[in-house]
Amino acid sequence: MKPTAAAEKRRRREMTCFWVLRALTYVVVAFVGVVLLDIVVKGAPRINWAFLTEKPGPDHTTGGIFPAIVGTFYLVAGSIGIALPVGVFTAVYLSEYAKDTWFTRLVRICIVNLAGVPSIVFGLFGAAAFVVYMKFDRSLLAGWLTLAFMILPVVITTSEEALRAVPRGFREGSLAVGATKWQMIRTNVLPYALPGILTGSILSVARVAGETAPIMFTVAAFYTGLPRSIFSQVQALPYYLYTVAINVPNVNAARPTAYGAALVLIVMVFGMNLLAMILRAKLRKKYRW
Amino acid sequence: MVEISTRGALRRQEEVRTEKPDTPLVKISVKNLNFFYWKTQALFNVTMDIPERRVTALVGPSGCGKSTFLRTLNRMNDTIDGTSHTGSVVIDGVDIYDRNVDVVELRRRVGMVFQKSNPFPKTLFDNVAYGPRIHGVRDRAELTEIVEGSLKRAYLWEEAKDRLRDSALGLSGGQQQRLCIARALATNPEIILMDEPASALDPLSTAKIEDLIFELKKEYTVVIVTHNMQQAARVSDYTAFFFEGVLIEHDTTEKIFTDPREKKTEDYITGRFG
Repeated sequence: MKPTAAAEKRRRREMTCFWVLRALTYVVVAFVGVVLLDIVVKGAPRINWAFLTEKPGPDHTTGGIFPAIVGTFYLVAGSIGIALPVGVFTAVYLSEYAKDTWFTRLVRICIVNLAGVPSIVFGLFGAAAFVVYMKFDRSLLAGWLTLAFMILPVVITTSEEALRAVPRGFREGSLAVGATKWQMIRTNVLPYALPGILTGSILSVARVAGETAPIMFTVAAFYTGLPRSIFSQVQALPYYLYTVAINVPNVNAARPTAYGAALVLIVMVFGMNLLAMILRAKLRKKYRW
Repeated sequence: MVEISTRGALRRQEEVRTEKPDTPLVKISVKNLNFFYWKTQALFNVTMDIPERRVTALVGPSGCGKSTFLRTLNRMNDTIDGTSHTGSVVIDGVDIYDRNVDVVELRRRVGMVFQKSNPFPKTLFDNVAYGPRIHGVRDRAELTEIVEGSLKRAYLWEEAKDRLRDSALGLSGGQQQRLCIARALATNPEIILMDEPASALDPLSTAKIEDLIFELKKEYTVVIVTHNMQQAARVSDYTAFFFEGVLIEHDTTEKIFTDPREKKTEDYITGRFG
């Protein structure tokens, strides 16, 4: 049977759509690929053991970026450590305890909107609230709190969604044998929401590790060693990268260092995400339903 | 498996022949119960005595309030926003809506089995041990004993004993529902509420659940919501017919199915509507 003219036309339109979509996808992938390749090609030659374990040399063409690696690691660990419990418990309250009133709806809208606030605003807020008002000065603590505030909206929203996805039957089954609400949440809701909650923290790791604006006024320093306490300033990879790229005496000579730092940052974020994803996969397997 | 089924059926016939349900003690006494979802009234002035160690079936068309009524008996409706009630539900002489009543203890005494079997994604053992653990039982030997006893009473032991460490989600639908019954039995309740426990099961699994219900009434007071008239006739001693939130008629199952007082009851059980 020969296809009719109309069918032929429809088929051709279908093919066109398909190829346009496919081409667009390739363009995106190509851009990401080019960026990654550029960083790897220009950054890899600079990377060696000394680069990963030593302090920067005098003009940032020699030495390493160890303090910045440590600083970024501390910033990620600390801010996630603060934001995760606070965010998860907020989400538990919102999804399990709070009644659906105009007030809780307003709170939810605020949280969602906070997620869209530019990071520099969080930076200024952190500088005003923690550095100046609470007199933490520029310190790890001020940076942790600022970054924690920045990622809280994402942690809360993803956690709340994860909690809501736990089937009603798990809750009712638990209550029906005489569990209190908190027992129900602890034993039969939170464990099953954990994989989803981890998704929120995976997104947050990349954000905390990569942001420059929120740490600029609150914690980051260019010339500093390893932190000695939570009131020390620290180096951090994005801020170091920013400074080395435009703010050192000989920018061109330091360019390989900037690329090296970029590569390390990407690998670090990737590594931490991978860790979280492995953990999530394990939890999913354990608490599958 | 089939053996249990025939045994139950035989026993059922014997029972029909030898003993009429005499007048047992009242376990649950409901008086003038009105129930609301926000401003919508779901139950109208329901007054009803539920006898001890008997099976009472709640029947009626969808949305007639029978499930709502069932869920007032262990205050499961408390978990839904905007519910309120007037009237009283008295179990063993205590109004369960009294402010001094501990809901947690109430739900331990009044177990519930849901329409959609809801095993937790844990091992069989942990599913059955869930209730006792919630109530503070930590001793391994004691838990093992409770789990075994509950599974035996739920007719699941033979199938379950070699896979106590496996996930409950690997069980068949009928086994899952019996596991949920075992889970309800593990807290040693006095009353078991069942909300269409067999509606999603195949006939063989349904027969097993029905046999089980028949056994359970020796020790427990059972209240079961069902859409299936034959099932109500087979398993229950008493039947209550609800229509549009009103308790139309409540009597022995035999009376309801052979000589109902109300025209509406007759129409419903003979399948003229609903």
